Amino acid sequence: MFSGFPLFPEQASSVAADVDNLYFFLLAITAFFSTLIAGLVIYFAIRYRRRSEVELPEPITGSTKLETLWTVIPAIIVMVIFAWSAKVFLSLHRAPADATPIYVVGKQWMWKLQHLEGQREINELHVPVGRSVKLIMTSEDVIHSFYVPAFRVKADVLPGRYTSIWFKATKPGEYHLFCAEYCGTKHSGMIGRVVAMEPGAYETWLGGGPREQSMTARGEFLFQSFSCNTCHRSDGKGRGPALEGIFGKTVDLQNGQKVAVDDNYLRESILAPASKVLAGYQPVMPAFQGLVNEEALAQLLAYIKSLAPQAARLPGSTPSHEAGSERQNSKP
Amino acid sequence: MSTLRVPTVPVETREHYLNADYGIRSWLLTVDHKRIALLYLASITLFFFLGGFFAVLIRLELLTPQGDMVQSETYNKLFTMHGVIMVFFFLIPSIPAVLGNFLVPLMIGAKDLAFPRINLLSWYIYMIGGLLTFAAVVAGGVDTGWTFYTPYSSTYSNGYVIVTGLGVFITGFSSILTGLNFLVTIHKMRAPGLTWFRLPLFIWAHYATSLIMMLGTPVVAITLVLLVLERAFRIGIFDPTLGGDPVLFQHLFWFYSHPAVYIMILPGMGIVSELISCFSRKYVFGYHFIAFSSLGIAVLGFLVWGHHLFVSGQSAYAGLIFSFLSFLVAIPSAIKVFNWTATLYKGSISYQAPMLYAFGFIGLFAIGGLTGLFLAALGLDVHVHDTYFVVAHFHYIMVGGAVMAYLGGMHFWWPKMTGRMYPEGWARFSALIVFIGFNLTFLPQFILGYLGMPRRYHAYPPEFQVLNVMSTAGASILAAGYLLPMVYFLWSLKYGAIAGPNPWGATGLEWRTPSPPPTENFKQTPIVTEEPYEYSIREIKVV
Amino acid sequence: MSDTTSSSHPAHLAHHFDTVEQQRESSSLGMWVFLAQEVMFFGGLFLAYLVYRSSYAAAFAEASHHLDVVLGGINTVILIGSSLTMALAVYCAQTGKRHLLVLFLLATMLLGLAFLGIKAVEYHHKYVDKLIPGIAFSYPGPNAQHAQLFFSLYFAMTGMHALHMVIGFALLIWLVNDARKGRFTPEYHSHIENFGLYWHFVDIVWIFLFPLLYLIGLHDAAGGGH
Repeated sequence: MFSGFPLFPEQASSVAADVDNLYFFLLAITAFFSTLIAGLVIYFAIRYRRRSEVELPEPITGSTKLETLWTVIPAIIVMVIFAWSAKVFLSLHRAPADATPIYVVGKQWMWKLQHLEGQREINELHVPVGRSVKLIMTSEDVIHSFYVPAFRVKADVLPGRYTSIWFKATKPGEYHLFCAEYCGTKHSGMIGRVVAMEPGAYETWLGGGPREQSMTARGEFLFQSFSCNTCHRSDGKGRGPALEGIFGKTVDLQNGQKVAVDDNYLRESILAPASKVLAGYQPVMPAFQGLVNEEALAQLLAYIKSLAPQAARLPGSTPSHEAGSERQNSKP
Repeated sequence: MSTLRVPTVPVETREHYLNADYGIRSWLLTVDHKRIALLYLASITLFFFLGGFFAVLIRLELLTPQGDMVQSETYNKLFTMHGVIMVFFFLIPSIPAVLGNFLVPLMIGAKDLAFPRINLLSWYIYMIGGLLTFAAVVAGGVDTGWTFYTPYSSTYSNGYVIVTGLGVFITGFSSILTGLNFLVTIHKMRAPGLTWFRLPLFIWAHYATSLIMMLGTPVVAITLVLLVLERAFRIGIFDPTLGGDPVLFQHLFWFYSHPAVYIMILPGMGIVSELISCFSRKYVFGYHFIAFSSLGIAVLGFLVWGHHLFVSGQSAYAGLIFSFLSFLVAIPSAIKVFNWTATLYKGSISYQAPMLYAFGFIGLFAIGGLTGLFLAALGLDVHVHDTYFVVAHFHYIMVGGAVMAYLGGMHFWWPKMTGRMYPEGWARFSALIVFIGFNLTFLPQFILGYLGMPRRYHAYPPEFQVLNVMSTAGASILAAGYLLPMVYFLWSLKYGAIAGPNPWGATGLEWRTPSPPPTENFKQTPIVTEEPYEYSIREIKVV
Repeated sequence: MSDTTSSSHPAHLAHHFDTVEQQRESSSLGMWVFLAQEVMFFGGLFLAYLVYRSSYAAAFAEASHHLDVVLGGINTVILIGSSLTMALAVYCAQTGKRHLLVLFLLATMLLGLAFLGIKAVEYHHKYVDKLIPGIAFSYPGPNAQHAQLFFSLYFAMTGMHALHMVIGFALLIWLVNDARKGRFTPEYHSHIENFGLYWHFVDIVWIFLFPLLYLIGLHDAAGGGH
């Protein structure tokens, strides 16, 4: 795969073929119209070449019919392309609900990745074939971009917030990982590989290596050591709201706005809580900006997202995911 | 092939704008739009070769997958300076400041632009901004990319961001003043009988361009001011650690920089309309449609900037809207290409160098424009954004399009500007070299881009090497194609055949005055009674 | 048909124009086009302001309380007054009242200077209170970061406005000088008219700046809330 003289990238994800089909359609249109135009130009240039100095060509000024034709037809063509590409985009954009989250931090000039199970990787990402994976990404410094050409996915990685992409690898193999937003001196060195493995091989890989604590376990530890649990009591009687099941809900803020509790809202609520306070609560939560690094923040998020609501306990959508029962009675 | 008749009064004894006054003061303090055009010609040519030199170094480095010719930081400075110089100091001014300045008053039968002193001021502003930026290059350069994205440019870069930012900021006012001058001139100083729809399409193109210059440039000006303040005082506007939003910079930057690409291409389209009609001796097919599509491009061009932010964290809704509008803006350009092609139908076509450049423009602009559709397609742009596909797309339009139009225009109006003809054989040869070199340089880059090679990469995986080598080979041919005109244009000033008022037998008021024109352009203000491009009605003689 | 014989050629008609009318219309159109460009220039700042104000409304309101509404209000009145004197100057130019023209131009200068003086006082207060980002900034409370954004925009916007006023002031010196020499007549006073347009524009920018910067959240109790 890393050899020879390729002219076309591999298709290694579930969306790659859709993207490529759109590409081929556009290639066909480009080839057709450029051949048509070039052909007509060359043909007319030869057929109507000047044969004598005094020839007066026909006084043709235009044709409204032709103008209409070559306005309407391109308009229809581009609308078709728009609709098709919008469809492809939306499938790229909307991660399946059961996608496994993996947290990514980009920094000059490396990629740091954390699996929920606890494995950490640098400049490499192991994923199982056939399972949807969602990358939740942020940057520690400048804007980067996470790009896997074989999967046809890319998203900028921004400082101060999370962005995400999702993919489902379909073919085992090793694929280029590039940083695709210029980020300074070693921008072209901020590369790595995505290793897609058969599920069995992936489980083996997960189990091998040093025993790591899962992200939710680490997150729980941080939640307690930062004393988050003193205000965010699961019985709801603390100074802060209970966090069980809050992820994914839409909540009311003090100023009347509604906001969706997504990764970015959770992040903002930890780092700079005063700006979007929940209705009915006081803005007394301290700001943790500068006190938690990106990895710790990701672990806290993983933990909070794992907190199932009291009434309906979800079995947990990811393997070795310590959600549920022990938590309910452990609040002080 | 038409023969040139040597005028009976030798050029040297007749007074015209070049010999009306001598000495450096008469040039540096001139208010004659024609002399100012030549001042611009000298400066933008210098910047073109400086920017081109950086391109040569870039392509040399990319011959091998490893970054072994220059350091990473140097390479980053090379592509930054190539972009900054080519965009702000060559492409944006070139056609308007050289050919526009020279021809707009002549084409409308006026004695000068509306504000001649502001015209001279615009050149000085351009030079001051250019010198400041050049100083930044010499002092060590900038490595942010010509797009200056924050927070890298505002907080992390070690280069001369503030100096370069100020240099570009200052030069922006040159653009604004030129646009202001053209707008007022075209509105108020047309000769008697020259109604709007009798104007050459070159004028329509420059009118639309001037609208964009006036309304878009101030936004990048204030954006650069904010960037400089952020870098100097760390005020926080784009700094996420202080609550600022780095993506806001991108919105502000691209709000100008997308319309800017229409500043770069619209004047070239105006030239192509003139060339195609003259060298097929026909009315431009669909004159009104071409005129209105110029305005349409200017207006729609302001509504599509978000397509540069498709993967930057922008909402999906915004992405869909910008994608839709980006598709719409392709349509007026397509209309023009079809109209130019139709103009050739049943024409009387000759193949002088300007026409060869026009042919090249039509083909290469069509390809460049069509590849823009790939980028407007949201689902596809995700894959090709920030890869060599984008690089190939914009070089097809800016080099295959705008630069070829510029060269075509320079050849066409060279006899008017200098009173001399260039050597036709060498000119045709150069046009061919440019066309071949250009395609060899940039066609492989489409393939590289879809393969996934990101842009601004100093080193790359080895499987991309063959295509990179092809691209560099093409660049060396292209460079030769650009150097040749430098040589023969200069040669023609002394040894070229003497040109009369209308060596091409073209319509247009600029051909009804001697070559070179007198300082006041016309001995008597012309009165216009014909429609434009009336080649088919009566024979326009070569004189 | 425009032979330029000097008998029909007023001294103030530039060589490249055919008629006085054409010259006047051109310079007027030029100023309007220039002002359109200025709208876009300030527009970028207003856009940044809008984006951050909608994200951090509470912090912006709280920070705005640190601005002196009284001084800002006085400045608003001063600037509107200077637009009045400028409009009167234009009227005097149109009706050939040379001495009054000079007087009103001087009055406009005086009021402009007063505006800048009060602005200087305000900026000095901010320096003393340590509310100038990048130079001296120390803000109490949890909203410090977002308040810093407010003050950055405050200084960028009012500073850019003040720069335009300084340029206007310099142009006024030149105009007063020309007016004293009798250069402006009812037939030819486009410099005065066009400068008037510019001055009114600078005034209008302030009329937007004042409420957006000084008057947000004024009705609330200090701090917090909406």
